[in-house]
Amino acid sequence: MTATAERVGTDGPAEPVRPDRRGRSPLARQEDRAGWAFVAPWVLGFLIFTAGPMIASLVLSFTDYQMIQSPRAVGLENYRELFDDPRVLKSLSNTFVYAAMFVPLGTIFALLLAMMLLQVGRAGGFFRTAFYLPEMTPAVAAAAMFLLLLNGQQGLVNKVLGWVGINGPNWTTDPNWLKPSLAMVSLWTLGGTVVIYLAALNSVPKQLYEAAELDGAGPVTKFFRITVPMISGALFFTVITNTIAAMQMFDQAYTMFYGPQQKASASEESLVYMVYLFQNAFQFFKMGFASAMAWLLFVIILAITFLQFRIGNRYVYYHGER
Amino acid sequence: MTIPWKRLPFLTFLVLATFVFVYPLVWLVSASLKPRSQVFDNRLIPEVFQPENYARVFDTAPVMRWLMNSLTVGFMAAAAVTLSSALVAFGFAYFRFRGRNLLFGVLLSTMMLPGAVTMIPVYLIWNRLGMIDTQIPLWAQNLFGSAFYVFLLRQFFLGIPRELFEAARVDGCGYFSMFRRIAFPLCKPALVIVFVFEFKASWSDLMKPLIYLQTPDYFTMPRGLKSIIDAFALSGHYEWELAVAASVIAVVPMIVLFAFGQRYILDGVATTAQKG
Repeated sequence: MTATAERVGTDGPAEPVRPDRRGRSPLARQEDRAGWAFVAPWVLGFLIFTAGPMIASLVLSFTDYQMIQSPRAVGLENYRELFDDPRVLKSLSNTFVYAAMFVPLGTIFALLLAMMLLQVGRAGGFFRTAFYLPEMTPAVAAAAMFLLLLNGQQGLVNKVLGWVGINGPNWTTDPNWLKPSLAMVSLWTLGGTVVIYLAALNSVPKQLYEAAELDGAGPVTKFFRITVPMISGALFFTVITNTIAAMQMFDQAYTMFYGPQQKASASEESLVYMVYLFQNAFQFFKMGFASAMAWLLFVIILAITFLQFRIGNRYVYYHGER
Repeated sequence: MTIPWKRLPFLTFLVLATFVFVYPLVWLVSASLKPRSQVFDNRLIPEVFQPENYARVFDTAPVMRWLMNSLTVGFMAAAAVTLSSALVAFGFAYFRFRGRNLLFGVLLSTMMLPGAVTMIPVYLIWNRLGMIDTQIPLWAQNLFGSAFYVFLLRQFFLGIPRELFEAARVDGCGYFSMFRRIAFPLCKPALVIVFVFEFKASWSDLMKPLIYLQTPDYFTMPRGLKSIIDAFALSGHYEWELAVAASVIAVVPMIVLFAFGQRYILDGVATTAQKG
């Protein structure tokens, strides 16, 4: 970094160690400078791209700003509008419904798959790779693909359902099925969660199961008394990150149902919060209102995460001294 | 060969699950080689091969450009974030400087912040700088590190025995050389993970290109693919075979990357969660 940082220590112990007024040795002061020099890029980036924009966003949320003229203060008007605009509430409830489908189902399926992988020994490596493959697919490509796979008349999904006698719905056009469709696209990419669970399961000491078996514990008891508590850290981590991601879902919904001119198929039922926020900011140029929406989202995510931590702290077991 | 009877039900289930995960991609490739009228027939081997779909995609849209743009942006984003995050992570891992704990706490808490909160002011900054419709906003922010990667790399740097650095100090090694000659090389696997993750994230991203790019020639692959789908939606003329071929073009580079870095990536996903 800096020239001073480079030269440190070259003179070795010959340099007299004299404490400064605060009783800190020159070496400690040197370390201060070097430490700050290394973290400086992040501090700079934080000020320019996080802290500054946060303040700006908060200020903007109390203004009417269309980009053509300077922002005009409107007090709490935007926040009042949040609760008056039915589309805000609709998009919020859509997002909750989507998250309520994706997060629990994703957790259960991923855990199920990870436990199966554990059972098949070395073959698990192959399947692990196969399950992760969809994660490498860009969301736009996955969404485009599912637009075809979920086609009501000709799509593969409904054809497969037809084999077992189920008359599949019009996934991408029937308003009732838009959110399940979005959840399906997301569930297709749960391989990352599977990989995390597999690693967690692998780290559970085998002796615990052996001891439980000696005590006559069945598979159900072992699952709930050993497996779940021992991997609760990983479960907790994925539930929180998946929830936060679900609240901000954008790419799939926007690719499938929205665009420069809203598609005829776009129904209110597919309007997730980030899509509506994006439209307000960059299509209607209601920057002030969109900023207020962003802060509402922040508060909601904070509240959910806080709640999850409250619940999680009671049940999560951490290995070692953590 | 003995048949592992006990494992058979699990294997059967896993094979079925593999179909669910992998078949859509196989279907995609197969559909991309079919004429429009047969995209929806579910033959794995197309009845009529129409590889011209790809030629037509390249003709109708600047797909080659989009690919190059995605590669450039992805490389810049990944290289920038790897280098800067490593520097910052080393700062947090090695030095006991004043304000470190407070600063690190702030860094951790920024991970909770949804992108939406900063999105609009950051757009206004790039707009003021005249950078709209250039690719710079897609990666330049990465020069300042990213909280998650800093956190991750710090965990790896903490794993390097301190004595190694002390020994280097005694031998007259400066702080920066310590980073460059010891910490950086020893953390190569972690750095590869960060690079690959960020490359993938950049390659997949739709939001930023939507916000910052207007000229089709500057589009990245997902943004371009979206514009193809939009064009069909606007005209009501759905040339699915082209959309499918373009999707394949967007996916294949990622699959190739995965084929090479498979071990790294999968172990990386596992360890990031454990360290996280």
